Amino acid sequence: MQVAIIKYNAGNVRSVLYALERLGVEAVLTDDFETIQKADKVIFPGQGEASSAMKYLKQRNLDRLIKDLRQPFFGVCLGQQLLCEHTEENDTECLGIFPIKVKKFPAFDKVPHVGWNSLENMDSPLFKDLEEDPYTYYVHSYYAELSPYTIATTHYMHDFTALIHKDNFYAMQAHPEKSGKVGETILKNFLAL
Amino acid sequence: MLTKRIIPCLDIKEGRTVKGVNFVELKDAGDPVELAKIYSDEGADELVFLDITATVDKRKTLLELVEKVAKAINIPFTVGGGVSTVEDVKMLLGAGADKISINSAAVKNPAIIDEMAAEFGSQCIIVAIDTKNIDGIDFVHTHGGRKPTILKTQSWAKEVSDRGAGEILLTSMDHDGTKNGFANEITSELSSMLPIPIIASGGAGKMVHFWDTFTAGKADAALAASIFHFKEIGIPELKEYLSGRGVSVRTTF
Repeated sequence: MQVAIIKYNAGNVRSVLYALERLGVEAVLTDDFETIQKADKVIFPGQGEASSAMKYLKQRNLDRLIKDLRQPFFGVCLGQQLLCEHTEENDTECLGIFPIKVKKFPAFDKVPHVGWNSLENMDSPLFKDLEEDPYTYYVHSYYAELSPYTIATTHYMHDFTALIHKDNFYAMQAHPEKSGKVGETILKNFLAL
Repeated sequence: MLTKRIIPCLDIKEGRTVKGVNFVELKDAGDPVELAKIYSDEGADELVFLDITATVDKRKTLLELVEKVAKAINIPFTVGGGVSTVEDVKMLLGAGADKISINSAAVKNPAIIDEMAAEFGSQCIIVAIDTKNIDGIDFVHTHGGRKPTILKTQSWAKEVSDRGAGEILLTSMDHDGTKNGFANEITSELSSMLPIPIIASGGAGKMVHFWDTFTAGKADAALAASIFHFKEIGIPELKEYLSGRGVSVRTTF
């Protein structure tokens, strides 16, 4: 199986590579169009700021490439937010694969939302073999609103979208590569799609 | 529900763990990677590696270690100890660290916090503050707590938060090593005042101390070293205890 991890100007991309290595899967970190198009699975990781990431993707036409992909695709953290329509982070238009808005957490409680929080209302083959309300590791200030595409929620101040799914596109706000066995199971389930 | 975090801290010198470790499972007591894996398997929520190497070639050894740790464990980890420039942060994150912690260098040049947060995002910048109470006033100390400054802890904490720190690691020099409990008064004061998470550190000796700091101290996370290294408290029993007393912790993983 060929797994491509999209290389762009976001942090944390190597952690995903290491996580796949621990699962015995060799992946390539690449921004090469052909390699990405031919891959069996594509992972779009990332930590960082939305507008500079979108700018980088557009300059290299990676935005169009991503929209046209048909193989199972998994966005992580900022990768999930960028798949949505718009984010409040520097008022940025995103890829628009999901017609969902990304908002900033209100200042009622501490922001960023940092630490281990539970997944609820899980409904997807991605959660096969997981126990109820498993914990995953979050570190973020922006969240995707609840939508018909939401396949799991998490509660921080209010419920927000933990994972989304539409056609071949899946995405997750928490970091599966840093979420212990739970994260490994979700990655494994994605790779088995 | 968001859980309170338990964070073991490993002191590193020339790529090896420093404090005496007597885990029976360990083949090599000085191997930080092996120890990190054990903690991670036992349910530690994060790890902190504090590099206390003083030699000039410390960077290379540390980067090699960070890469090995990143490959081996599947929970987040922070690296601190002598981090002072944007370039240092770039290299550590590039090697696989999730967060870095900065201490003396931030006191010396506070603008470095803004620069680091702008370049890498607040989520990976922890500012460590060593505090000591002198005649009823909390003062920031640097250089491992040895050097007093004229900065008041409360105003410095507010400043680092305003400048873009993602979390504060607050170590009380009065409590560190005493095993008499965390400094809950100042921890609670900062936690109530600031919009970012506070990691309490210094003074852990018994399980009840963690309960105290998560309730009275309003800490978001608690860090300890020797009680975990010497197996005085196991992470699974600590979490079971906290959970039994109504503190939300990650008990399944």
